[in-house]
Amino acid sequence: MYPPRFRYEAPRSIDEAIALLQSGGGEAKVLAGGQSLVPLLKLRFASPELLVDINNLPGLNYHRVDPDGTLRIGALCRHVDLERSTILPERSPTMAAAAPLVADPIVRTRGTLVGSLCHADPQGDWAAVVTALGGSIVAQGPNGRRTIPVAEFVTGPFQNALAYDEIAVEAVIPAPKGTVAGGYLKLERRVGDFATAGVAVALELNGATVTRAGIGLTGVGPSTINATEAAQVLVGKPLSAETISGAAELAAAAAQPKTDHRGSAAYKRHIVATFVERILTRVNGSVQRAA
Amino acid sequence: MTQALDELKIGGLGASRKRVEDNRFIRGKGTYIDDIVLPGMLHMEILRSPVAHARIRSIDTSKAWEIPGVRLVLTGEMLASRNLAWMPTLSYDTQAVLATDKVRFQGQEVAAVIADDPYIAKDACEAIVVDYEPLPVIVNPTQALAEDAPVIRDDKENQHDNVVFEWQVGDKEATDRAFEQADVISTLDLHYPRSHPSPIECCGSIADFNRATQKLTVYLTTQAPHIIRAAVALVAELPEHMIRIIAPDIGGGFGNKVPVYPGYVVSILASILLERPVKWIEDKTGNLISTGFGRDIYLHGEMALRKDGKILAVRMHTTSDHGAFYSDAQPSKFRIGLLHSAFSCYDIPVAYLHNRGVYTNKAPGGVAYRCSFRVTEAMYFQERMMHAAANDLGMDQAEFRRINLVRDDDFPHRTAFGFLTDSGQYVKCLDKALEAIGYEDFLKQKEEAKKQGRLLGIGISTMTEPLGAGNSREFDILGIKMFDSAELRVHITGRALLRTGAKTQGQGHETTWAQIVAHELGIPAEDVVVEEGDTDTAPFGMGTYASRSTPVAGAAVAMAARKVRAKARKLAAHLLEVSEEDLEWELGRFYVRSAPERGVSIQEAAAAAYSNMPDGLEPGLEAVAYYDPPNMTWPFAAYVVTVEVDPKTGVWDVLRVVAVDDCGVRINPMIVEGQIMGGLTEAFAKASMQYITFDAEGNCIGSNYMDYLLPTAWETPGFELHEVVTPSPHHPFGAKGVGECATVGGPAAFVNAVLDAIKDTGVRNIDMPLLPHRVYEALTERHDVSGAPPVRMD
Amino acid sequence: MTSLFEEIHEAPPADVPTRRVTITVNGQRRTVEIEPRLLLAHLLRHGLRLTGTHTGCDTSNCGACTVLFDGEPIKSCTMLAVQADGHEVTTVEGLAGPSELHPIQEGFRDEHGLQCGFCTPGMMMAAKALLDRNPDPTEEEVRWALSGNLCRCTGYQNIVKAVLAAARKMRGDAPAESSGGTESSGGRESS
Repeated sequence: MYPPRFRYEAPRSIDEAIALLQSGGGEAKVLAGGQSLVPLLKLRFASPELLVDINNLPGLNYHRVDPDGTLRIGALCRHVDLERSTILPERSPTMAAAAPLVADPIVRTRGTLVGSLCHADPQGDWAAVVTALGGSIVAQGPNGRRTIPVAEFVTGPFQNALAYDEIAVEAVIPAPKGTVAGGYLKLERRVGDFATAGVAVALELNGATVTRAGIGLTGVGPSTINATEAAQVLVGKPLSAETISGAAELAAAAAQPKTDHRGSAAYKRHIVATFVERILTRVNGSVQRAA
Repeated sequence: MTQALDELKIGGLGASRKRVEDNRFIRGKGTYIDDIVLPGMLHMEILRSPVAHARIRSIDTSKAWEIPGVRLVLTGEMLASRNLAWMPTLSYDTQAVLATDKVRFQGQEVAAVIADDPYIAKDACEAIVVDYEPLPVIVNPTQALAEDAPVIRDDKENQHDNVVFEWQVGDKEATDRAFEQADVISTLDLHYPRSHPSPIECCGSIADFNRATQKLTVYLTTQAPHIIRAAVALVAELPEHMIRIIAPDIGGGFGNKVPVYPGYVVSILASILLERPVKWIEDKTGNLISTGFGRDIYLHGEMALRKDGKILAVRMHTTSDHGAFYSDAQPSKFRIGLLHSAFSCYDIPVAYLHNRGVYTNKAPGGVAYRCSFRVTEAMYFQERMMHAAANDLGMDQAEFRRINLVRDDDFPHRTAFGFLTDSGQYVKCLDKALEAIGYEDFLKQKEEAKKQGRLLGIGISTMTEPLGAGNSREFDILGIKMFDSAELRVHITGRALLRTGAKTQGQGHETTWAQIVAHELGIPAEDVVVEEGDTDTAPFGMGTYASRSTPVAGAAVAMAARKVRAKARKLAAHLLEVSEEDLEWELGRFYVRSAPERGVSIQEAAAAAYSNMPDGLEPGLEAVAYYDPPNMTWPFAAYVVTVEVDPKTGVWDVLRVVAVDDCGVRINPMIVEGQIMGGLTEAFAKASMQYITFDAEGNCIGSNYMDYLLPTAWETPGFELHEVVTPSPHHPFGAKGVGECATVGGPAAFVNAVLDAIKDTGVRNIDMPLLPHRVYEALTERHDVSGAPPVRMD
Repeated sequence: MTSLFEEIHEAPPADVPTRRVTITVNGQRRTVEIEPRLLLAHLLRHGLRLTGTHTGCDTSNCGACTVLFDGEPIKSCTMLAVQADGHEVTTVEGLAGPSELHPIQEGFRDEHGLQCGFCTPGMMMAAKALLDRNPDPTEEEVRWALSGNLCRCTGYQNIVKAVLAAARKMRGDAPAESSGGTESSGGRESS
């Protein structure tokens, strides 16, 4: 309930923030939404020497679609901004489906998508979504910016690829080349619960043919799982009962769940398969109706 | 005045009077324990054991003492030198205050730091180094009773195993004989899991020992201030009249705030040593991992049945898991509480119950959480066994119950376990519930849905339960009888002050007790202020839990008011210059029978008590009543729930919840309904998601709100409430208890509904909570699903 | 901690960092000197003696500590007080006007939307955030908006009724048939 002592700075520019992280020599942590970090501090699971609060950095609370279709989410874009977004449902049904399911409505006013990716909780929702969408993180450090695909960004449970003097400033979802479809389903026993299993499916289609597919899984492994084999089964053809069940089976096989109080490993795999099937069946229904 | 008062208008019985308490709560002006600040106050934090069973090799507190702002660091050793390392429990066992030789459950109190603020106290706790030598861990009765099991309570001289007690009731021989006559024997095995009341507000205390006055004042979260005073006098060896316990506003109790916790005792000692107020506010982990939980009991139940559906006998063998110390808060004569109140609503000639209680490496407790002293367990076992038996007979669930329910004209009815039920309209209640849910229609719907592969289910739970502990012949806690009290003082202008020995934690006593006075005396409820919780001013009472307050303290309020009325009659007679026999009473007024326009109001009589007394009559207008209830009260309920189960995931949704409650005369219908809805939510919570379990190392799963799941407004279903009114024949105004009814009777309705939906699998039981993965396992593997610890955590 | 006129604490050791921040609380600018690790909930409760905001858990689940931060509902136990520098915080004490209650407070009282009262301030602040943004919510939208606030006593049904009643009042609509709460005659509010 009571955090340990730490030093605290609230820089007003990205360069100032980076300089502070450098001075911290690896003992500093970035504070954005704080909805993961502050609880860790209160339970004393983390004791950084220095907290760098980036909430005063200007111009980072955006989410927008560039003219070329690239979706960009700034480091201070809150979950609730995405839940209320008018541009997201059309641009990314997968993200629009996930946004209301992150944590609870009060936490969503502060927590950030970029912060959630950095936190790299194996049961976090956004990592699975951004993985399915093939997104990346833009990191800024003393030597400038670099773009890190999310599959390389999350390096393990609660571990990311940022150097100690880098800040994640943006998440980028590449422009789709076709129509977008997809969804996110999460088995939670109540609002705010961690996912027993969560499945993100993101497709791009040319007419009825799937041109790109991504499936991200949460809560069923040491870290977010990119079910590439499962996704591949869908590409190059229209959705069919056969490809859907094939993808579902392969996604379940890609999961590495553990048995615990949320259920057996076998059950969690089954949920993965069921959710993949449900999302794809619904998408298939819409595609066929549109045709 | 010559026109009779309208009782509802003055806020008497039956008025849905808005709550007095709300005025401060909606403004954020409640005074809960953590809101209280005393001059010079220090703050205490407790260091808890991370392991479930271990010898303590050493404790090094030196680094903690060095932290600036730390005033005192206490260990078990320091307490032992003052004979305070152990304290008696409410069940005649002993409990460690701070561990000395061993820790016996994860979360057990090991040390305490008192500092200038809680942040520093927490820093210092982190700096204490404890060297533990792990011992084998026991998390269930099977392990506890194994031949080579380590003895957990090796601190007790004559303890050579992990058995706490054995207790039995009923007629074993007659029951066995009845079983031999049975056409069908229905058996059921299940575990009612450990669950925690978890009020949102945690426990806490502010101990303030004043050296100058020698008085110890303790503010604390207690549902029973007088019990605490008696316990503190015993433990701290301070004279009882120099101890003052004050229970401020309490943010929910549900039985969690009845026991005496080590934190209270340590804060008292710290205040005595430091001569400054010491505040201890528990965190949620401390509350969930160490304080009074409810349930954790195993059933092997058998029912002897005649093929026409009549129950011939019931036999229950149960095993209760009490954790590391036997500290159940219950009447001392009943070692497993009122578990034997099971089956009270059914006409069953013979029954037998045997319970064995065991020690395990888990937090102490078992009696809490709206349980009415283990009646939650009794009624869950009962209605789960009824459900299984109906299926075993191939009978309709409602019809099976109807055949066996006690009839309206069978009262008073002596149950097979010796209780005397006195009133009820059980069949009417059940029929009302079935009509409300549309029983026959739903059964048709269910069949139709099955054709489309959808699984619908309906579950019934009917019960009567004993509320209002209790008569002095049978009920005591630590030898103190379970009466309750009220003190009513009417002022010159007819306004009044009422104090009782109860202690509200949300039940609305400040509102409802005044309504009783309005009913008895015709004084408008808004003219009566109600106070509870300060042992220096409140008459002695045993507190508020087990739904006993309306039956006992409420009765005392009525009796005190009647004493006041009797004296007011003398004053009225004096004012009207007639004899008492010439007077009649109507609400708020005495009048002359032969000349009704001649009368005096209760307010005029009150004024006379101060200014115009007849010769020989003491001035003043007040009375105290201590009420020893002649019997328990027996509310009755029928709960019906419909659900739909998703066969692909095991997720189930509630369709409807219908509740028909009979709690006799309702003081405030709005408040009664609030209690029932709260209880139904607890029932839903336990049936669907909420429990505490342990892994093989004794790690507590469910020691924070990420793992201990309370439903939110999103999951919680809506409730349809109905009533039947059968007044209690012995209660002064016919009321019965009600606060816990829905928590007692509700869970079985939810569970029975889900099992009904998956009836074709032949599964007889899934332990609560019916998590999706458990329901899925039952559906696909077609076997019973147990939830007993240890839970496998890969 | 903040310096308070009744208590003079020992000054913290020199190496303990403190920070001077200014926060507008219920319309009043307050300047305090505090450690960065101090949670906003604790500054409100113990520094500023606004004890209406409660703390009920240690994992940011229960929502008893909900306040408005620049108009949005946040869990004040999950924000460092120093983060509120330059921002506006509204607590339950800031709900009522000088002479009358907020319709949300009236709704909770009229519909029996509270029992022990501990979750109530947080619940009302979350409700206010909802109604400020959506003046005509459905029952579903109310339940969704309050799903970050736990209650053990009421079962939520009357809380939902309370919020819908408040919404009607705030819109100026006629009240619906009330379920509970009859006024006893001459009922006066005591403050």
